[in-house]
Amino acid sequence: MRELLDQHTREMVQWHFGDDTGCQFWLEKKKTFDFDPLTDVNCFDDLKKFPLFEDEWLRGGPMRRWVPQPMQEMPIYVFETGGTTGIPKSRVVVEDHRLDYEMFGETLPDESFPRGANWLMLGPSGPRRLRLAIEHLAQHRGGISFCVDLDPRWVVKLLKKGKVDDAKEYSAHCIDQALTILSANNDVQCMFTTPKLLEALALRLMDEGSSIEEAGIKGIFCGGTEFTAQWYRFACEELLGPNVYITPTYGNTLMGLACGKPFDPADEYKITYYAPQPRAVIEVVDFDDHEKVVGYGETGRVKLYTMTKELFVPGFLERDEGERELPHEKYPWDGVSSVRPYHVFAKSTTVGVY
Amino acid sequence: MTDSTLKVCEMIEIPVVRWGKPYESLEKSDVVHFETGEVMAQMHQANSGLVQMDARKADKAREALLQFSCEELIAMCNQAADHYLNSELPLGTGMQTPDQFCEIQSATTGLPLNMCRANMSKNAFVLKQMSQMLDALTRGLPLEILTRGYGMESRNVMVSYQATTSSLGLVLPSNSPGVHTLWLPAIPLQIGLVLKPGSSEPWTPYRMYEAFAAAGVPREAFCLYPGPHDVGNKVLETCGRAMIFGGQATVEKYAGNPRVQVHGPGFSKIVIGDDMVDRWEEYIDVLVKSVMMNGGRSCINCSGIWASRNTEEIADAIAQRIGPIVPLPTTDPNAEIAAFTTKGVGEAVNNQINDGLTPGVVTEMTEKYRDGDRLVEQERCDYLRPTVVHVADSDDPMANTEYMFPFVSVVRCEQKHMLRKIGPTLVGTAITEDEAWSRDLIAARNIDRLNIGTIPTCALNWLQPHEGNIIDFLFRGRAFQNSLPPAH
Repeated sequence: MRELLDQHTREMVQWHFGDDTGCQFWLEKKKTFDFDPLTDVNCFDDLKKFPLFEDEWLRGGPMRRWVPQPMQEMPIYVFETGGTTGIPKSRVVVEDHRLDYEMFGETLPDESFPRGANWLMLGPSGPRRLRLAIEHLAQHRGGISFCVDLDPRWVVKLLKKGKVDDAKEYSAHCIDQALTILSANNDVQCMFTTPKLLEALALRLMDEGSSIEEAGIKGIFCGGTEFTAQWYRFACEELLGPNVYITPTYGNTLMGLACGKPFDPADEYKITYYAPQPRAVIEVVDFDDHEKVVGYGETGRVKLYTMTKELFVPGFLERDEGERELPHEKYPWDGVSSVRPYHVFAKSTTVGVY
Repeated sequence: MTDSTLKVCEMIEIPVVRWGKPYESLEKSDVVHFETGEVMAQMHQANSGLVQMDARKADKAREALLQFSCEELIAMCNQAADHYLNSELPLGTGMQTPDQFCEIQSATTGLPLNMCRANMSKNAFVLKQMSQMLDALTRGLPLEILTRGYGMESRNVMVSYQATTSSLGLVLPSNSPGVHTLWLPAIPLQIGLVLKPGSSEPWTPYRMYEAFAAAGVPREAFCLYPGPHDVGNKVLETCGRAMIFGGQATVEKYAGNPRVQVHGPGFSKIVIGDDMVDRWEEYIDVLVKSVMMNGGRSCINCSGIWASRNTEEIADAIAQRIGPIVPLPTTDPNAEIAAFTTKGVGEAVNNQINDGLTPGVVTEMTEKYRDGDRLVEQERCDYLRPTVVHVADSDDPMANTEYMFPFVSVVRCEQKHMLRKIGPTLVGTAITEDEAWSRDLIAARNIDRLNIGTIPTCALNWLQPHEGNIIDFLFRGRAFQNSLPPAH
């Protein structure tokens, strides 16, 4: 497994720093390095020779400086990530979102996410990639995705102004739309949503004498905001019941999608994520030394590496922390559990607003 | 540390309570000793979805209480007072004696033990007086009218009162265990309770819950949701009526929301009339008591003393009395001030006060009676020593401040401007016999509880409403007819 990762690392570094293939950003950056990525990076551990990736680099244009040369003529998407103020951080994509979600789709159990069934996408839309990614996932599995419009930045603005009632009204407006779709004979059996919206939808259905199960949903792919073990248990035991499958996910525009370890009662709802290696790698690193991976079971900050043909991120410190976990049979590489906002940032961040 | 404290220190886990049923959460939060950092207990943490889920069953809580008459529930309050005060009661996975209750409360809040005991007595007293309290607050209404929703008064008038909610939500603070008196009447009024305890003072809500249960009140009438802020928000959102305790920002946030009663800073004051101010020395005990009671932490503590003259002398006399007071161990029976247990708060308050001092306008009066600084920093907590400032300009911001320790501004202000300038005042004690001014005081809408006479601000008569009458909050009068009205 490690050799595969090393080989993938070598290929991706050759691609992103090759004179004929690399994007403008990395070729310019290469000139500032005191090493030559093409000759000096031969394995995954050699990625530590690069400085940490700074997401501030993603603010503003020109976007094409991020596009590898052979892809310049292809249709380009730009997706925004995080942030509510100032110039957004953006990433260009050709087809990574489709590949990421196709790979993720292979981990979904067919009995809960029947092929050919339709989907409801109840999550942030607009300039984020999630809407298109879910739509592709649905199409890839033979279904149609119904989408609700949702702008989380507006919710953050309302909450920062103390307009809690307005934020709730907006949430109710989104739930109204979701209920309409579910009631319109659309054969929706699968959905993507966030923990907060799932809670709101499930409770609204209960208030109306129905349930997620009675609404026809069999499988839920849930993520986008903090997902705690307690909430996971609450969702399974009280919101959904035994016949609706829910899978936690952890991801963002830079990484793609990390899968949750399959549910095991022995875990007491502890949620462990595994990155889609080798396209992306997650390490749990020491809070004070990002080059030092913590021991298994120990707490550290989540460090992300992304190595696809479209994006090269040689080490980025996420705004999250968690515990390092042993490899799993299905995902034979390190995982991270109990992911939560990095404690230093947690006090000043508005999390889980949608 | 006493043996009894050691017994408590064996790690107690305290579950969430959902309409009387314990619920073990997968998330727990440590409650720690404010001085040593030792973990005293682990609180299971609710998530906001639990609150919303359970809120759908709030009617059952009221139904459970309606199985008993108000009088029966009042009798149970009486028994609950005894249990609360004297019995060993369950606390999560352990048991707790009254002494252990006071010790752990003191250990996690920084409140001196003697004040914990005093607050315990106060809460028990209110439970014991429940019959008289409800009689006073309902103006003698037969309580079965509240149960049935309507009935004939003794003067043969049909009256109807409808419960505005099945449950009363409380987002509770950690600073003063005396505030719990406010929600106790809900039970005999047959309204369920949804309590979100303060993070370092879950002890009173849990002990009160067990005391009620031991007295026969159905457990189904109670939810207790320790948890993060969003749990509190959900309590406020889902209960038909709720109370929250917080700072000025909280007050402003919920201003005008008829479902939420906010208990914020009190800015309680003593105003001395021109007719009495030259006899100020006679009232100095009342002034000091109003400032010092309960470690100066309560909204009913006096934070401003206003008079038209002799103010420097008054300030100096109070400073002589309270300036020398030093922090003592919480177990010391003479301890008079509580610790600031949140890192940085004591320092921030101290800096605010120093910034507010202005030569010739705002003068610190306690400094010369204090050996050392106002701020006493310790390893895990801080203390602020009692402070008196003299304010010569009643428009200065320091004329109207409130801090969570014994702090008072003695303000020079002409009597004719006083009522306009004192601002919102939870408890206003007016030392005067001036009848004309008394009429102005009675009419002043910025004063909530008015005392005319030498009454300490903290001397509350529980037969009086506090920041609104809870009966008016939990019930609404309405028309009800079951026969034709007289022809007209």
